[in-house]
Amino acid sequence: MTFELEAEVPERGVELALRVAPGETVALLGPNGAGKSTALAVAAGLLRPDRGRVALDARPLTVTGGGGQRASYVPPHARRIALLAQDPLLFPHLDVRANVEFAPRAQGAGRAAAREAAERWLTTVGVADLADRRPGELSGGQAQRVALARALAADPLLLLLDEPMAALDVAVTPAVRQVLRTVLAGRSALLVTHDVLDALLLADRVVVLEDGRVVEEGPTSEVLSRPRSAFAARIAGLNILTGTWRGGRVHCEDGSVVAGMSSDPAPSDGARAVAVFSPGAVSVYRDAPGGSPRTVLRAQVTEIEPHGDRIRIRTTRAAADVTPQAAAELDLAPGAEVLLSVKATEITVYPA
Amino acid sequence: MRRTGSEGGVPRWILLPAAAGAAFVLLPLLAIVLQVDWRAFPALVTSEASRDALLLSLRTSTASTLLCVLLGVPMAVALARTRFPGQSLLRALVLLPLVLPPVVGGIALLYTFGRRGLLGETLEVVGLEVAFSTAAVVMAQTFVALPFLVVSLEGALRTAGHRYEVVAASLGARPTTVFRRVTLPLVLPGLLSGSVLAFARALGEFGATITFAGSLQGTTRTLPLEIYLRRETDADAAVALSLVLVVVAVVVIGTAGQGRVRR
Repeated sequence: MTFELEAEVPERGVELALRVAPGETVALLGPNGAGKSTALAVAAGLLRPDRGRVALDARPLTVTGGGGQRASYVPPHARRIALLAQDPLLFPHLDVRANVEFAPRAQGAGRAAAREAAERWLTTVGVADLADRRPGELSGGQAQRVALARALAADPLLLLLDEPMAALDVAVTPAVRQVLRTVLAGRSALLVTHDVLDALLLADRVVVLEDGRVVEEGPTSEVLSRPRSAFAARIAGLNILTGTWRGGRVHCEDGSVVAGMSSDPAPSDGARAVAVFSPGAVSVYRDAPGGSPRTVLRAQVTEIEPHGDRIRIRTTRAAADVTPQAAAELDLAPGAEVLLSVKATEITVYPA
Repeated sequence: MRRTGSEGGVPRWILLPAAAGAAFVLLPLLAIVLQVDWRAFPALVTSEASRDALLLSLRTSTASTLLCVLLGVPMAVALARTRFPGQSLLRALVLLPLVLPPVVGGIALLYTFGRRGLLGETLEVVGLEVAFSTAAVVMAQTFVALPFLVVSLEGALRTAGHRYEVVAASLGARPTTVFRRVTLPLVLPGLLSGSVLAFARALGEFGATITFAGSLQGTTRTLPLEIYLRRETDADAAVALSLVLVVVAVVVIGTAGQGRVRR
C-alpha cells in the first residue's frame, strides 16, 4: 500500500510531498508549526489542501481540481486511515472492549467477529485483562495501549500516529514504545514525533519538516547520525553507533566494540543493535586513557563548533561536548586524531 | 485545616443582598403553602376542571418536549458542529423566544398558523385547523420551550468538543453512526437537563397559549390558564393548583440539577 501525499496549504505556509512505501514506517520530525499536524490532517481527510493530491495505493483520496485532474474527496470514514493521537480519546461511555469493538462494528462486522477482533488486539497490545474496565479507570499507558488496539481493530491501510507517547509518563514510555515497535513492523505508518528515540526505534525512514517544507529525508540512522538540516542536528544530538549484538557488546563494522547497558528487552544475540549515547558522555583524549573499562573509539575530528557553554567536537565516529579549556589543552582542530572514551553506563543499546 | 468564613475572598457584606434575594424568591412560595386550605385541598385539586387541566398540561408538555427534542437536537448539532453564513444571526433569532414576551409569541403563531395566517389558508385546504386546538397548545409550548433545549444542548456539544467524533470517523464510522454512537451518548446529560428545562417551561406556559390556543376546558385550558381563571371566582382552588405546579416544578428542577451534578 503506497501512500502518497502532496499538499499546498498557503494559509499555514505548508507545501510538501510525502511518500510511505508498503509496510514502511515514516517518522515526521520538525519544530512546532513546521507543518507536521497539517500533513496528518490532510492525510486523514480533516483538511482539504488548496492544491494537492492524496492517494493510497493509486486510489485517490483527495484530489484538488486543475491541471487536467478532476477534483475528488473521500471523507475520513471511508479512507481506511486510522489516527492515534497524543491523547488516547477513548470513548468515555464505552468500556475497553466496546471501544475496541467500535471500529469493526461501525464497519459492519457482527457481534461475535467484533468481539473476537477486540480480544485479539487487546492481547496483542498486552491489556486483555482490562477489557471490562471503563476508560476512566485506566492509567495513561494502559489507555494509550487500548487506543492503539482500537485503531488497529479498524484494520487501517495506513496508521497515523500523532506524538503517541508525548503525554505518557516517562516510566511507561519504553513499554509502549516496544508495543508500537511490534505492531508497526510491516505496517504502513506515518509517525509524528519529537523524540529522537521514537524515530530511531520505530521508523524506517525520517522526513524532517521546517517551515512547511521537507528539508531532509532518508533512512533514520543516516539522517540522525549525519544530520544536514539544523533541526535534525539539534534533535539528533545523540550519538548512534550500529553493529551486531554479540556477547553483551555491540560489534561495529569497523571492528570497534561498544559496551553498554542493554534496553529492556535486550537485543537477541547476533541481531542488529544500536548503541545510543549523548555527546556529553564522551571524553576526548590524545593518548589512550587508563583506568576503568570503557569503550574507546579512534576517530578524526571533522568539525568544531560552539554548543552552549561547551564546544561540540564532531568526529568521524561520534560527537563530544568538551569545555573550551579542554579543547584548547588538547589542541583540537579538524583533522586531529583523537580517542573518544565513553563509560558503559552512559551507553544504551537497543535492538535495531 | 479549618476553612475560614471568608473563603475565596468574598466580601462579607455581599451575603446580605444575597440573603435578601433568596428570601424574595422563597417567601412567596412559603406564602402559597400557608394560604392553602388543607382540608379542602384534595377536593379542590381533584375536581373535574382541575383534573382536566392537570392532565392536559402533562400531556401537552410531554408532547412539546418530544417535539423540542426532535427539532432541537438537529438544531443544536447544526449550530455547534457546522459553519454557514448567517449562523450567528440565526442563533440569535432562534433564541428570541427566550426573551420575547410569550403573548407576542402567541400573536406571531396566530398570524402564521391561524385561519387568516401566513400558512393558515394552506393548512385549511388540507383540512387542518390548528388555532384553538390542543395541537395549538403544543405548538405554543414548543415555541417558547425550544430555545431552552437548543441552548443547553449546544453548550454540551461545544464542551464535549469534536475530537471524539474525529477519532470515530477515522475508525471507519459513517457520520450517522458517529452521531448515534458517539455524539449523542457524550451529550446525553446535557440533552436530559435540556429536556427537563423545556418540559418545565412548557408546563408553565401561559401567554402564548391563551393567545394562540384560547381557553377551552379539556382542550386548551392548561393548568396555568385554569389557575388564572379560577383566581377570579375560587381563590382557594387557584392557590391549591398553584401549589401543585410549584411541586411539579421543584421535582423537575431537582431532577435536572441532579443530572448536572452527575456529569
